[in-house]
Amino acid sequence: MKRNYGGLYAAPQALWLSLFFAAPLAIIVAYSFMKKGLYGGVEPEASLDAYRALANPTLLLVAFRTLWVSLAATAATILVALPCGYSIARSRNQSLGLFLVIVPFWTNFLVRIYAWIAILGNEGFLNDFLRLAGLVGEPLQFLYNQGAVILVLVYMYLPYAILPLFSTIDKFDFTLLEAARDLGASRLEAIVKVLLPNIRGGLVTAVLFTFIPIFGAYAVPLLVGGKDSYMLGNVIADQVTKTRNWPLASAISMTVTFLTAVAAMLFALRSRRKAVHVEIDAGVEATAATRAAS
Amino acid sequence: MKGSDVAVSGISKSFGDFKALKDVSLEIRKGEFFSLLGPSGCGKTTLLRVIAGFEDPDAGSVKIDGREVTGLPPDKRRCNTVFQSYALFPHLTVFENVAFPLRIRRVPNRLVREMVMRHLSLVQLESHADKKPSMLSGGQKQRVAIARALINEPSVLLLDEPLSALDAKLRQHMLLELDAIHDKVGITFIYVTHDQQEALSVSDRIAVMNQGDVLQVGSPQQIYENPSSDFVARFIGETNIFVGKVVAKEGGFATVEAAGFGSLLVEANGEAPVGATVSVAVRPEKIRIGSDEPLGFPELNVRSGLVAEPIYSGFQTKYIVKLAVGGSLTVFRQHANWSEGVPDIEWKDEVYVSWSARDAVVVESSARPPSSGGIRRPA
Ligand SMILES: Nc1ncnc2c1ncn2[C@@H]1O[C@H](COP(=O)(O)OP(=O)(O)OP(=O)(O)O)[C@@H](O)[C@H]1O
Ligand SMILES: [Mg+2]
Repeated sequence: MKRNYGGLYAAPQALWLSLFFAAPLAIIVAYSFMKKGLYGGVEPEASLDAYRALANPTLLLVAFRTLWVSLAATAATILVALPCGYSIARSRNQSLGLFLVIVPFWTNFLVRIYAWIAILGNEGFLNDFLRLAGLVGEPLQFLYNQGAVILVLVYMYLPYAILPLFSTIDKFDFTLLEAARDLGASRLEAIVKVLLPNIRGGLVTAVLFTFIPIFGAYAVPLLVGGKDSYMLGNVIADQVTKTRNWPLASAISMTVTFLTAVAAMLFALRSRRKAVHVEIDAGVEATAATRAAS
Repeated sequence: MKGSDVAVSGISKSFGDFKALKDVSLEIRKGEFFSLLGPSGCGKTTLLRVIAGFEDPDAGSVKIDGREVTGLPPDKRRCNTVFQSYALFPHLTVFENVAFPLRIRRVPNRLVREMVMRHLSLVQLESHADKKPSMLSGGQKQRVAIARALINEPSVLLLDEPLSALDAKLRQHMLLELDAIHDKVGITFIYVTHDQQEALSVSDRIAVMNQGDVLQVGSPQQIYENPSSDFVARFIGETNIFVGKVVAKEGGFATVEAAGFGSLLVEANGEAPVGATVSVAVRPEKIRIGSDEPLGFPELNVRSGLVAEPIYSGFQTKYIVKLAVGGSLTVFRQHANWSEGVPDIEWKDEVYVSWSARDAVVVESSARPPSSGGIRRPA
């Protein structure tokens, strides 16, 4: 008789997921419904204090700012990623293009943020250049504001948008663009009315792959942001390390996780089932492409 | 006539070192069904893309109705294309595919509905308006592509092997339909194909191309009956070609000494003076095959031979006959009881083949410049 080993084969993955995903999540959920301990940690006592504390105007302000920064950074990322993905898909040397997109991953995330500080700082390359070129007398303040945060976030998450866009554009039949031009569309109309709807799956993936991590950004606003760019990720970290209010940190995390999950699902559903399929394909292929290129 | 005339002059186009078009010139008349015919890779699509505006020629110009359009983008030319792969927009319904050009021009909705339905009925697809292209059969996709290309009321319709993805039966059917649409809309059709049968059956005129050159332009009859070169003769239908020297000339007939075929009588005008080397073509269906020697016809070429290979194909049989004088000939014979009063001709039968000197055509002659490049209209 043939035995079904499916469950057995899936065991490592199930173990991995429960150990590193479900368990921590459960702990955070549990913490969010407890009382705060005096020196961090929690008192094992049920309480809704943490959720009540969410309705705090400062926190709401940070939440809206986080939303705004994430939307702006995601939009900018997609706008830059589209032409990149398009030109890689159309170029003769696709692997070189993909390779260049992947190269930054070889350097640590934090190191790359510090590289931006070295470029944008008051004593940085950009200011040096402007001074030498005689364009400015005093160094310009590029760092420690929202602009710097968005710029570095765009840089960080660009590859995650380029790869799924590349993989859908690569499969796109470019005679459709010629057909559109032939039927009277201008170059821009052809792109908006024919290219974009047909690479919707890739767009959805690119938006999700960038928006979700950006929404939880922590290191970038911490290192290149200022008072005006403090984001939810920073609030959570502060609650854990400085204010030592673990239940509040958990409650914020839970709320953010819940909201992003719902938003992502709605977004994916709205883009309809067909697009979601493509999106999954695109995701898988993007990972494959990443692997192939590195 | 509603269509435009298209004048292509001196078009050259290279891809890297490869010359896809070499100084091509064509005059296509208003409302004509004009075919570009040639083997794969001869530059038909490239020429069509130059006319449509997808490809900029390295040299030469394209004029539509006398107006210079070289350099204009495709959306600024009054011609539309039916693509070989259909190029239907997969995210739009049949209706919206056909409506696409109208939406671009921001035509009001009620007009769009009326025009789209009119064009869908032209191609008999009214009932499929709400389907997505992926739900259509090949022939239906083809029709959507035609309706979409016609809705802007272009004065020239460019068709790049529109039937090549269809099966043989459907191809025949669509071809007739295309012809009917051409009659109905009355605009100029430029039709690319590598299928000579297709080109012969619907075209007003045909340009035969090879390796970036136009070899001959003419009506289907001219192309078939009076090919201007060995290549055209061989490419259009099957043919027998004899190469030999003109040894005598008398009363519009030349006697040609051809190795393997002996001396042949050929109808010829000034193109084949005594001493010239000529190629002579005879179509296989113009050769009679039988077991008796035909006698008493002065203009007849008669040879005896052996059937080396009979190839039966239903409506006719093709015989490869090995001649007693050395060469071999291809002969077609239709099947009908009246055709011969003799039993079927079979493998290894001894036969006589014969053809009239009037059915032999001089296609190339050393007295005439070789036929490559430029246009030569048959006399
Ligand atoms: N974009 C291009 N880059 C390089 N070479 C090309 C390009 N387009 C066409 N060619 C070459 O030009 C030649 C003519 O191509 P074209 O597509 O015009 O042929 P065709 O007559 O349409 O053939 P087919 O019947 O196979 O469609 C071919 O040898 C082809 O390889
Ligand atoms: Mg072609």
